Amino acid sequence: MGAAFTALLALCLGVVLAFLAVPIVALFTQVPLGDVPGLLREPAVREALATTVRTNAIANALILGAGTPAAYLLATRRFRGRALLVTVVELPLVLPPAVAGIALLAAFGSGGLFGPELARAGIVLPFSEWAVVLAVTFVASPFYLRQAIAAFESIDPTLTDAARTLGASALRIFARVALPLAASGLAAGWVLAFARGVGEFGATILFAGNVRGETQTLTLAVYEQLESDFDVALSIGILLVVLSAAVLLSYKLLSHWRSSNSTSPLRFAPSTSR
Amino acid sequence: MAKLELDITVALRAFDVQIALSAGAETVALVGPSGAGKTTVLRAIAGLHRPSSGRIALGSDIWFDSARRIDRPPERRSVGLVFQEYALFPHLSVRANVAFGGRERVDELLERLGIAQLAREKPGRLSGGERQRVAVARALARDPSVLLLDEPLSALDAHTRAEVREQLADVLAELAIPALIVTHDYSDAAALAPRVGVVLDGRLHQLGTPAELLARPADAFVASLTGGNLLVGRATAAADGGSSIRLDGGATIRSSERATGRVGVAIHPWDIGVGREPGAAAANTIAGTVGATTLHGGRYRVRVGELLAERAVDDTVTLERGATAYATFAAEDVRLVSLAHQKEEDPP
Repeated sequence: MGAAFTALLALCLGVVLAFLAVPIVALFTQVPLGDVPGLLREPAVREALATTVRTNAIANALILGAGTPAAYLLATRRFRGRALLVTVVELPLVLPPAVAGIALLAAFGSGGLFGPELARAGIVLPFSEWAVVLAVTFVASPFYLRQAIAAFESIDPTLTDAARTLGASALRIFARVALPLAASGLAAGWVLAFARGVGEFGATILFAGNVRGETQTLTLAVYEQLESDFDVALSIGILLVVLSAAVLLSYKLLSHWRSSNSTSPLRFAPSTSR
Repeated sequence: MAKLELDITVALRAFDVQIALSAGAETVALVGPSGAGKTTVLRAIAGLHRPSSGRIALGSDIWFDSARRIDRPPERRSVGLVFQEYALFPHLSVRANVAFGGRERVDELLERLGIAQLAREKPGRLSGGERQRVAVARALARDPSVLLLDEPLSALDAHTRAEVREQLADVLAELAIPALIVTHDYSDAAALAPRVGVVLDGRLHQLGTPAELLARPADAFVASLTGGNLLVGRATAAADGGSSIRLDGGATIRSSERATGRVGVAIHPWDIGVGREPGAAAANTIAGTVGATTLHGGRYRVRVGELLAERAVDDTVTLERGATAYATFAAEDVRLVSLAHQKEEDPP
């Protein structure tokens, strides 16, 4: 009975693994691996790679630069409406990417909410590289913010109390106590946000379009190359699989490092007598 | 040297803490059970907990005054606080932890507290006693005008505790600033501070030297906290100027102190002799069954009925557990204390 049940469980696991792994393996078999470096040197791929790097670098800088202080505020202050703000921050997480794209158009498109003001200022966002930055920032930031709020919340408040009694200003506490103690949690959040940003497709294609050399990122290039050169599309796929695997691996290493390097104080830790 | 003066009321969930206290360049210990509001007093002085009313001042420097709407933040009060679990920064080395408070005196403090050789270690690699010394060094690094210590010994095991207590007493004796220690252990308080305040339910019951608290406990709670036996009975005035007390346990004893009505009866274990025969007629004698014997500070403590008595370890009289023995003590050693704060009521 027990053995039969275990066999059934193993069978289900086999089906799941086969289903999940087969497409990845197939990706590597459909194009000669030796050709991949050459295919990735195609101008279309190089332009898409450059666009991806540029837009994601800016988007990630925005997410880290504005998101870290924002998360710190939400994590360390209690005020009315805080739960609502956290929900707003998390909403893009569950929003379909296409909806995110059309929402961005509704806000910043020429006929959108801020369209006239932006037009007067001479700024045209849709179908520009900045549109890609906005789309990536919009869909990826909640991944970072959620994790950052949790990381700041898990800092023992007596540590910040101690810093205050030692004469530290709020800014010094943030820089010398909160940031270092939350660092591994922030890094884990950033890895997730980075992966989501690089993989962004739906919101970008709606809000920024698929203009080569302008708004075409690697994922959008896959979509375009499907029709023109399937091998190039496959090669980009392989590149993104390798990148994703590296991201996942670093996330796992970070989580492991975090659990063995808990930020909680050394409460009730056995005394290591010397 | 500026004097720390406080007179505050802090609202807690279950009760209010009301403490008035003044300390010069001396160590004062607040002792009481956990939940008595002791830690709240320290947090209020440090500025981490806002009192609902009152005043905290260091000499002419006012830190908090509800009437004048003064409430200085912790970083602008010259105070060092040693937290109960020490709250060392886990990501900083011992040296960086101490330097967080102030850079000028780091080497001197590491040296003085005997932790110079640990300067590069992270707190996670230190023993409890070492962590405590780092916490004290860090609190002193800011050169505070007031030092506060919250249960500085409770996180330590019994083995290291005695040693660390002695070192801490030395450090405190050298300090020329007001120092306030909070502890639940009367013997820690008596060992570390020349003045001890007993706190229960947010009130200061008695403030005095450890000897005064022992000799003249203000009430039954103070008597039991300082380690004395505490019995309850009804006192009537006796012809010799003392009192006769009928204990709730049945026996009648005499005290040289005068009281009437329901009283607490406090007798120190070291004032009680134990024998297998009733004592001399002049002394009080209570018969009881011999209970557990424990070693306590180089002497045996043996339970006889409701009483704890102390005996020298070389006492030749054997007392078998379960046998009947007689506890004897002089009328002068029986102190009568108020039961005002005990839960017991006069039986109908």
